[in-house]
Amino acid sequence: MRIKILIRLKNQILEPQGKVIEQSLNNLGFNEFNNIRQGKLIELDLPDNLSKEEKDQKIDSACKKLLVNNIIEEYEVLG
Amino acid sequence: MSFKSAVITFPGSNCDRDALCYLQDLTKGFVYNIWHEEASLPQVDLVILPGGFSFGDYLRSGAMASKSKIINDVIKHANNDRYLLGICNGFQILTEIGLLEGALIQNKNLKFLGKNCFIKKKFKNNFNSSIKEDQVLQIPVAHNEGNFYCDNETLKSLNNNEQIAFEYCKGEFSNSEENINGSIEAIAGITNKKKNILGMMPHPERAYSDFHQSQDGKLIIESLIS
Repeated sequence: MRIKILIRLKNQILEPQGKVIEQSLNNLGFNEFNNIRQGKLIELDLPDNLSKEEKDQKIDSACKKLLVNNIIEEYEVLG
Repeated sequence: MSFKSAVITFPGSNCDRDALCYLQDLTKGFVYNIWHEEASLPQVDLVILPGGFSFGDYLRSGAMASKSKIINDVIKHANNDRYLLGICNGFQILTEIGLLEGALIQNKNLKFLGKNCFIKKKFKNNFNSSIKEDQVLQIPVAHNEGNFYCDNETLKSLNNNEQIAFEYCKGEFSNSEENINGSIEAIAGITNKKKNILGMMPHPERAYSDFHQSQDGKLIIESLIS
């Protein structure tokens, strides 16, 4: 199965890239685009025969050990 | 007994050679250069995790290097109360390992900063004991992710436990900024609670020799050896 993990900086952390993207979009006339924040998406394959619990446990463990720095980031597994 | 030290090299480290020369010239003792895939670290007084872009800064600066094989021994080295110094990318690696608190995020102004900066010590420890109160040091920085962040509770404990070693300050140039990268409380370097581990963004190994603009970086090794 294909897994997608969305990682973003926590809300209280300054995300300067989003601010610059917003400025550029505004310059292009997209004035309705506000509060832009950029994150990252990690996609990976896991074997189909894993139970939901096994899958959740493995993803959670990989996020905590490497993929996510929980001091500054939070993550969400996209369905 | 002579002072022994080691520099760890990761793929993408680019200040390891400077760090080796810095240690050789200032400690006069033996300096090991250890590849990150080595399983063990010789017994030394000081280990430097050097600057650079370990593993291309993939995922997050320092994230991959913090899982390297040699890191188990680096942690043991630190747990034995020996000195560990992370410079720039080395500081980022130390926060990713969890040996130092907080995290280093992108500079506030989105610029890669490569220039001289000015720092002074905040709380005394063995890494800065030869530096006078209010003495301003000129030491270069070269980083994109040097903006120190931690939550309020951690900040309080860093202050209460006197773990803030260096802070950015205004220097002799009229246009010098007080806080170059947006770090909380202009923090440029912190220690662990026991104060045997220091992480700092400025590069003291680029400010010690006669051919450098400043020799203020000497003071860190002089503090450790004295």
